[in-house]
Amino acid sequence: MHESNPSAVPQLQQLTFNLAGEEYGVDILSVREIRGWSRVTRIPQTPDYLLGVLNLRGAIVPIMDLRLRFGLQRESYGDNTVMIIVAVAERLFGIVVDAVSDVVDIDQAAIKPVPDMGVVVDTRYLKGLATHAERMLMLLDVEKLMRPEDVQILDAALPAVQQVEVAA
Amino acid sequence: MSAVDLSQFHKTFFDESREGLDAMEAALLALDAGSADTELVHTIFRAAHSIKGGAATFGFTDVAAFTHVAESLLEEVRSGRRPVDAELTELLLRSVDCLRVMLDRSSSGQPVVDAASEDLRAELVRLVSGATAAVATPVTSAAANVTGWEIVFTALPHLLQTGNDPLRLFRELQQLGRLEVVRAFIVDAAPERLAEVDPTACYLGWVLHLHGNVARADVDAVFDWLDGDCELVIHPLAEPPVATVAGVLAAAEGSPSPLPLPLQRRRATDTAAGSKPESAAVSVEGSSIRVGIDKIDALINMMGELVITQSMLSEIGETFQPSQLTRLREGLVQLERNTRELQESVMRIRMLPIGSIFNRFPRLVHDLERKLGKRVKLELHGEHTELDKTVLEKIGDPLVHLVRNAIDHGLESPERRRAAGKSETGTLRLDAYHEGSNIVVQISDDGAGLNREAIIAKALHSGLINASQELGDADVAELIFQPGFSTAAAATDLSGRGVGMDVVRRNVRDLGGSVGVRSVSGKGSTFTIALPLTLAIIDGLVTAVGDERYIVPLISIVESLRLRSDSVRRIAGGGEVFHFRDAYLPILRLHQAFACADAVTDIERGIVVVVEEDGRRVGLLVDDLLGQQQAVVKSLEAHYRRVQGVSGATILSDGSVALIVDVGGVVRLGRPCKAA
Repeated sequence: MHESNPSAVPQLQQLTFNLAGEEYGVDILSVREIRGWSRVTRIPQTPDYLLGVLNLRGAIVPIMDLRLRFGLQRESYGDNTVMIIVAVAERLFGIVVDAVSDVVDIDQAAIKPVPDMGVVVDTRYLKGLATHAERMLMLLDVEKLMRPEDVQILDAALPAVQQVEVAA
Repeated sequence: MSAVDLSQFHKTFFDESREGLDAMEAALLALDAGSADTELVHTIFRAAHSIKGGAATFGFTDVAAFTHVAESLLEEVRSGRRPVDAELTELLLRSVDCLRVMLDRSSSGQPVVDAASEDLRAELVRLVSGATAAVATPVTSAAANVTGWEIVFTALPHLLQTGNDPLRLFRELQQLGRLEVVRAFIVDAAPERLAEVDPTACYLGWVLHLHGNVARADVDAVFDWLDGDCELVIHPLAEPPVATVAGVLAAAEGSPSPLPLPLQRRRATDTAAGSKPESAAVSVEGSSIRVGIDKIDALINMMGELVITQSMLSEIGETFQPSQLTRLREGLVQLERNTRELQESVMRIRMLPIGSIFNRFPRLVHDLERKLGKRVKLELHGEHTELDKTVLEKIGDPLVHLVRNAIDHGLESPERRRAAGKSETGTLRLDAYHEGSNIVVQISDDGAGLNREAIIAKALHSGLINASQELGDADVAELIFQPGFSTAAAATDLSGRGVGMDVVRRNVRDLGGSVGVRSVSGKGSTFTIALPLTLAIIDGLVTAVGDERYIVPLISIVESLRLRSDSVRRIAGGGEVFHFRDAYLPILRLHQAFACADAVTDIERGIVVVVEEDGRRVGLLVDDLLGQQQAVVKSLEAHYRRVQGVSGATILSDGSVALIVDVGGVVRLGRPCKAA
């Protein structure tokens, strides 16, 4: 694992991956599985970035494309396209990235806040920035990605909308 | 002694108490029917006693106090001092109802006692004390003069391990009269050295004084459960007591006795638990299921066979030669059989006997007989027929409605029955049995049957039919299921509750079932409900739209057809309609509703599936029909959220996911939303 540094500095293990030429990291503890691209079943009434759902050993798991989520273009899905299945509060979802690179240890203390500026990414999905092997690593906040609060708001709004429709 | 969080057991207590009440009710009704079986009385008494004990343990003192009075009354019955009469059973039945309400309130943290429960309690108390005055006095004149009892209660070391709690006993005694702890002592058997003390053992004894005019039997009843767990000496109190509880506690504080600390600690946790029942109610959310051990054993057996098959197959796989092909095939066949049996066993775990619903009906019938002045003999058959738990929970209300209707409208009054040459007592028969992959529940009565003239008159009045229509018997029967049809003229306070037969039908349809009626004038009517074995699997039609596969539930499909483009008309707003069996139905293009690419857009090349939901029909345009399949329903909400127009997903044989169309939702989706 980590070569040296026996001190008590808390370490975060990150799975790093590549997306549009940038390097990102996702907390390894939330990663359940990495799998190659396979066809998904589209779901109606969902945003573009939600590609659809996948059968993961009997569970129906939603898959989102991180490029589309960040407002980038996706040219094609191919053999190198990878899905990372992550779990947030018992809920599973998959993110599609360009390629998975490595597992690295990051000192918690070395994580820098994200400057509020024009990165390609909407900064609210990032926990912070770290440096690894002289390259910048953007640490992804998976909980915010799926944004359960949005899901809840939508669910709460649905019955109301239906009632309005029935009344109409 | 660690402070155990009792709230984790509350759900079990409520479940068991409700079961106890059901048992009491069933036994009371059996008693009411004229049986003088002493075992029934014992059953009732035992149930009441367990509820009282449990309620006191978990700090539901109001429930415990109420049950205590009922129990005292039952004790008199048990000991033969009080005869069983209709008045008594009626009162006890009302007590059972009252306790149910009290338990519900306790579990949701509401105030338990109200005027009705207090009135009933007072009534019970009056009956109990009236009897003791009348009967007990002549037996032992000394007993009446007793001012109390001295109880020397010495716990045996294993008392706590059997789940007994002295504090609970004291609380129970306190309800009988004023309780004083005169002295607490450490038993001789206690170890000398602290290191040898077993923390789970009880080395204590108490001298208690119970003041008040308390029957010896009541005192004994408190210690009923402790048979063999304690030594007990009880004799009448001779002289006035000297010490008070506070005094003893204060005196004990200075001594090395370990008594005061646990006592006070327990008291503190008890009041804490009592003060916030709401949080306890929240934590017991989530439903559970009781599974017979035989079902679990069957599952384990099946699992064993599966493991054997698996090892056999992997052995063949390691050293495979073409000559072993036959063995491989056999192995695969065996695997298939194991898997199917395993699936069936697992499904069976969710299955519960319909008897739990049927058991409500003796009481309902009993009440209705009294209210309506009719005489009904209830026959229950097939109580052991098993249904999926979800189906079972939802079928209760429709069944109650049908039973109510049968007694209210179906069965005639004794006079009219006699005039018609039938026996005065009508028969209501409930049947449950398997038929193919369905469960059939039948409710039949030998009453007057459906009143054809009244139904037609009613339907004419409410505009469901017009006078020129020719109606067969089946059509007339169908009318009672129509929304807006209510026999308001004949409705009483029982059936006129705003729930019509259309609601019954809708509830049954929601479960994927169907309901029908057969009626013979003067002979009676039979309602038949057919239900699917489980909600977890539906029969569906696999359809193709572009690259996607959608499952349409077979139950909502009326017909599938190919349309010629000249049979499609456009309506002002741009919507398409077509002519189908004397009506114009809107066409809903599934590829538009679900935004599918590469789908067939030419109506002549696609197929229109006519679906029905809530009496509304719509034609769904799909590319093609791929076949019929049983679909295991998976929820989208587990990992994502609800999606309108989709009721769930299923996995096709190639491992890909197909969405199940929610017909009602998709119909709403297709309509332009005027309100927005």
